[in-house]
Amino acid sequence: MVMSPLALWLVLLLAGLLTYALRLSFIAGWRYLRLPPLLRRALRFVPVAVLVALIVPDLLRPAGPVDLTLDNHRLIAGLLAMAVAWRTRNVLLTIGVGMAALLVLQAIQ
Amino acid sequence: MANARTSFLAGARDELPILLGVIPFGLIYGISARAAGIPPLIAQSMSWLVFAGSAQFVVAQLVGAGAPAVVIIATAFVVNLRHLLYSASIAPFLQHLSGGWKALLAYLLTDEAYAVAILRYQQPSVAHKRWYFLGAGLALWATWQASTAAGLILGTSIPAAWPLDFALPLTFIALVIPSIRDRASVAAALMAAATVLLAGSLPFNLGLIVAALVGMGAGLAVEAAGARSRPARRDPPTPEESPAC
Repeated sequence: MVMSPLALWLVLLLAGLLTYALRLSFIAGWRYLRLPPLLRRALRFVPVAVLVALIVPDLLRPAGPVDLTLDNHRLIAGLLAMAVAWRTRNVLLTIGVGMAALLVLQAIQ
Repeated sequence: MANARTSFLAGARDELPILLGVIPFGLIYGISARAAGIPPLIAQSMSWLVFAGSAQFVVAQLVGAGAPAVVIIATAFVVNLRHLLYSASIAPFLQHLSGGWKALLAYLLTDEAYAVAILRYQQPSVAHKRWYFLGAGLALWATWQASTAAGLILGTSIPAAWPLDFALPLTFIALVIPSIRDRASVAAALMAAATVLLAGSLPFNLGLIVAALVGMGAGLAVEAAGARSRPARRDPPTPEESPAC
């Protein structure tokens, strides 16, 4: 049974408030949330660590369990995309080649 | 000589290829929100009230599955915890800005805008970075509103077999590869990858945040080990040393 519209609005507003609070947290409160120098140096790795953590499950576990075989089309296409990104540093090319690779692999099965 | 306008346009332009990956994701969200029975107005409002793709997608699925409100809110919160890290990592560069700028840029702090903006902020002696961030962030915002709306309207007329969602990890790959420049970053990447696979069974998507923290720790460890065995290289400029931006 779907939630009532009112309940949905409340969920939405709360989720939105919490999300904005997370985003605003250090930006507004940097002076008050004193981070030790060690943690501040660690922040340099946020982009790499988070992006990798977002990418890897999509490539290695598209259907649930970890799939390292050649049947995992997303893994192959993803590795190809990484190679393209490494060589060209071109976002459009990376996305294009990766998507094309996936479609081709899925077509030839 | 760069000015606010050229920086703004540069941000929007640099964000454009990433929008290629975001559009399919927006469509998919719209489709799932409809499938979950969420009224279109509410589903679209999530796109600017929450404005976080993966959280919106998860919320739609949980609503469709009849999950209790508390679970939905808690899950959305945990899924979005990584924005705390984004905030901490970009905050030093924004400290000199007015409250209005901070409030606005914080609102626009999505994965995709952050990934582009932080690369710019880490470059020394480029001015008007807040305009760059604004350009990237607004380009993403507008595209997100439009693509989620399109998904809500088009609904199931988009073939389910199209692997639209793959565009998003491809976009992240395009963004992350150039930022893996030294041994410490490689360590961070490898440990984050290993951890997210091992921690996959954690509830509420906690695996993501744990993997991020482990990756950061690994990067720090390798960086510290490298510093001990080598004389100190010239560090990148701290935010305080950068010109007004």
